[in-house]
Amino acid sequence: MGMNTQGRPTRMAENIATGGYADTISGSRGLDQAEPLIFERGDMDRCGVDLPDPKGLKTRLGGQERKAPIGLPGLAEPETMRHYVRLSRKNYAIDLGLYPLGSCTMKHNPRLNEKIARLPGFADVHPLQPAATVQGAYQLMGELAHWLMTLTNMPAVALSPKAGAHGEFCGMMAIRAKLDADGQTGRRRILVPESAHGTNPATAVQCGFTVDEIPADKTGRVDMEAFKAKLGDDVAGIMLTNPNTCGLFERDIREIADLIHEAGGYFYCDGANFNAIVGRVRPGDLGVDAMHINLHKTFSTPHGGGGPGSGPTVLSEALAPFAPVPYVVETAKGGWEMVEHMDDAEGDPFGRMAAFHGQMGMFTRALTYMMSHGSDGLKQVAEDAVLNANYIQARLKHVMTPAFDGTCMHEALFDDRFLKDTGVTTLDFAKAMIDEGYHPMTMYFPLVVHGAMLIEPTETESMSGLDRFIEVLEALATAAKDGDKDRFLAAPVHAPTKRLDETRAARQPVLRWTAPTDTVEAAE
Amino acid sequence: MLDAIGVASIDDLFTDVPEAARLDGLIDLPTRQTELQVERAMSAMASRNVAASHAPFFVGAGAYKHHVPATVDHLIQRSEFLTAYTPYQPEISQGTLQTLFEFQTQVALLTGMDVANASMYDGSTACAEAVMMAARVTRRTKAVMAGSVHPHYVEASKTLAKYSDVAITVTDAAPADLDAVIAEIDDTTACVVVQTPDIFGRLHDLREISRIAHEKGALVIAVFTEAVSLGLVEAPGHMGADIAVGEGQSIGVGLNFGGPYVGLFACKDDRRFIRQMPGRLAGETVDADGRRGYVLTLSTREQHIRRDKATSNICTNSGLCALAWTIHMTLLGEKGLTTLARLNHETACELADALGSIPGVEVVNDSFFNEFTLLLPKNADQVVNELAHVGVLGGVPASRLYPGRFENYLIVAATETNTPEDIAVFAKALAGVL
Amino acid sequence: MTTRYTEDHEWITVDGDIATVGITAFAAGQLGDVVFVELPEVGRSLTKGDEFAVVESVKAASEVYAPVDGEITAINDALEGEPAKVNEDPSGDGWFVKIKLADASQLDGLMDEAAYNAHIA
Repeated sequence: MGMNTQGRPTRMAENIATGGYADTISGSRGLDQAEPLIFERGDMDRCGVDLPDPKGLKTRLGGQERKAPIGLPGLAEPETMRHYVRLSRKNYAIDLGLYPLGSCTMKHNPRLNEKIARLPGFADVHPLQPAATVQGAYQLMGELAHWLMTLTNMPAVALSPKAGAHGEFCGMMAIRAKLDADGQTGRRRILVPESAHGTNPATAVQCGFTVDEIPADKTGRVDMEAFKAKLGDDVAGIMLTNPNTCGLFERDIREIADLIHEAGGYFYCDGANFNAIVGRVRPGDLGVDAMHINLHKTFSTPHGGGGPGSGPTVLSEALAPFAPVPYVVETAKGGWEMVEHMDDAEGDPFGRMAAFHGQMGMFTRALTYMMSHGSDGLKQVAEDAVLNANYIQARLKHVMTPAFDGTCMHEALFDDRFLKDTGVTTLDFAKAMIDEGYHPMTMYFPLVVHGAMLIEPTETESMSGLDRFIEVLEALATAAKDGDKDRFLAAPVHAPTKRLDETRAARQPVLRWTAPTDTVEAAE
Repeated sequence: MLDAIGVASIDDLFTDVPEAARLDGLIDLPTRQTELQVERAMSAMASRNVAASHAPFFVGAGAYKHHVPATVDHLIQRSEFLTAYTPYQPEISQGTLQTLFEFQTQVALLTGMDVANASMYDGSTACAEAVMMAARVTRRTKAVMAGSVHPHYVEASKTLAKYSDVAITVTDAAPADLDAVIAEIDDTTACVVVQTPDIFGRLHDLREISRIAHEKGALVIAVFTEAVSLGLVEAPGHMGADIAVGEGQSIGVGLNFGGPYVGLFACKDDRRFIRQMPGRLAGETVDADGRRGYVLTLSTREQHIRRDKATSNICTNSGLCALAWTIHMTLLGEKGLTTLARLNHETACELADALGSIPGVEVVNDSFFNEFTLLLPKNADQVVNELAHVGVLGGVPASRLYPGRFENYLIVAATETNTPEDIAVFAKALAGVL
Repeated sequence: MTTRYTEDHEWITVDGDIATVGITAFAAGQLGDVVFVELPEVGRSLTKGDEFAVVESVKAASEVYAPVDGEITAINDALEGEPAKVNEDPSGDGWFVKIKLADASQLDGLMDEAAYNAHIA
């Protein structure tokens, strides 16, 4: 018989060495490739962009030519591609798995949104083109406004706020302007629950208010007695998240609204958790005066590693006249125009919040999402988000400790009682989840719960996906209780990096790359 | 799932909602549509707009049309960048954190400053935050803004300062020099805010105003709306600026009808400054094995820790736009940026020559980068509308930014995207409507 | 020299009419690794209860309150470069400020060591 004895070995070698080579020569670990900074890779003469040669015309810069080199390195196109693709692989993402960051609403981002936002008629349009050439953009803003006002049952919306916190600023500025217009200059105290997002007190102060904290009751909601005791003729209003940051609906919300109104104040609702009630409950029916809507949470525009967001803010009849410029209005002839200046506005705008007209790229994505889902689909969004969170809470309550009794809304909040005496902290537990291929939940927030773990699965997880996640958390909780502490304290060991030294980063801040000193000396 | 939870229906999960606020049916909006239906409806809306690439296009005034290489849009659509959150868990966010660190370094280099943050919403909000930061650093309350700073930036700053103890004085927009700003500087001045190139396209040397401001203990905030200009003109940090803020949209981001954009924010390396800086910061550190890595740092300035004492209420920044910016800047490098800046300037020079030779049209600027202002023999708003009617997007009437003023002034921008044919068509059309 | 304590975890040690003030080991432990201390200007006069400093760890920022009335005569500049001293030696090298006492009788209202230990137990 003819036999080919050449070729690669196909059997595993026996007695193969399995350890001892943890440190590689390159610093890479297989597909986890080490990637230096561009400043250590590129150089000043390399360029990855095609550009024609300048003609060498005499400049008209008024003597303002730059004198020294900038020091910006460049890379060729393939090098650039590799650099950023390699870096991207060191990130967790929704597209890789469940991302249960409570309060952040990491739901699937439909790619139709991206396609629509990139249509040249939206992406390649200048905000200051003549009105006749941007009627579709004005119309889109008008339609988005209609959807947001209808979903919230509120009479006005300011589209220009650039993120949730910017929307809070918008709403609180409107409240301040209204109080001042009514001569209520003694009203400067804003009530804020202890469980609030940090943006709430920061925003209130930015609008010239002082912050007075309201404690939570034992069910995780506003302590009504404490709240009532704080009302008075110096109260400007309340900032309340609903559903709140414990993932609970504020049962007394109507009474809170009535009491704050009777006391002469206004009700700002932090709309970060609107995704739990959209299509089922309209904030206008709850007595809200102002509420921002995070388009990047409820309406699925991508989070992009930390923005951009968009925070349109709905306003009540009382606050609507103080809405900021600009805004679009439909003309008698069926066209659209933009009101850009305070003097041209019908009411008494408190000002302009930013250049141009708002986050158009987010408007297109959010409207695409709303139209795709419709009133029926959006209602189902809220229902499925609440169903999924409750499923997690119900299935885990035998091994983990829910912070409060009863069902929750769109997020399940646990505290760290189940870790008592295990030597494992919330942080350690979260880091162990990384080794299991999951992004951790929000931890240590809200502040009213000890060692908080806030899990928001969102509606875009299937039941089987939730089951896998639940099984992992069950096993981890059991391991912690069984004394397998080391697994947690070392975690993560399978991530691109181990735990990072945040103390060092804060004590000796290094906020940019600088050329190594010897190179500088060599150059001199 | 309902069984596991122990309820009979979804409605049972919503019983905390007050009865009066429970909706029986659906909200009065259209019901769900297919992908194809939505695409048709949205495309119809998009087609009612004239895209910049479909017309000779010369509109600027704070947002500029530049060519963005295809690589940029491909990379920012990588799932791992697009669908990640703020990098709260650094061990699985090194991609975002390292790019932010690179971004901060590039911004610092470009502006000639020491450090930069991980981005702001846009140039106008970066400007407003810079004014408030200067007041905190100097513990003073007067801010002087040049009237030639983009009026939207001035308005955004006034809004942020409205209920604080910071009072903003704005000088008249008309003088070409900064003397009116200098005249306002006194011992109570926290900062002066000047833009170069300014809203009319004029370039300013900031050395003199910096010297005078510093003598009085005031800070200098330098604003730019066209980041490409820094490839050719002197960086604010080299002219004495203490804080440099600007719009980064020109690099990597695109027009997007005004947003999202990316605010650039840089300052001196002074502990007082950095601790008062708004926004997120990525910093270098090491992991448990001693390997280099990056984290968000100095968070105690921020709202989630400092609450009512935070430097700003900012939470989300402009992460994905910052990523686009940094990728485009990496592709350009110093060589590409310098060439791009020169091409912009040369195109603007050719445009100025072509338009300036039309009878009755005067180029107002003594200096410019890629944008300048024309004095026309008739109302500029009317001219722009007539130009649009013949298919030319011919600039921004100054009166759109300064209502009731400068009615015959037209601000026009040229970039590397304008061809000689565009310029010829514009010149012919402008001559035709005058 | 006696050391007294406040409910907000400041300590105060008096030598003549000059008092040295810092935060307790318990407080430093609760904060975690201190990364920054913001100190007031020398010469500032304080009323009991005034915020005069801010101490920051990676995860938290806390105000430090004046335990007594007085004028600040010295600040611990070394903390700027080495905030870790607050963790390493909170009652020694990690001191914050020296205050010239306005009213020594205010010390009587503060806790002694035993009372403070009971307070944090």
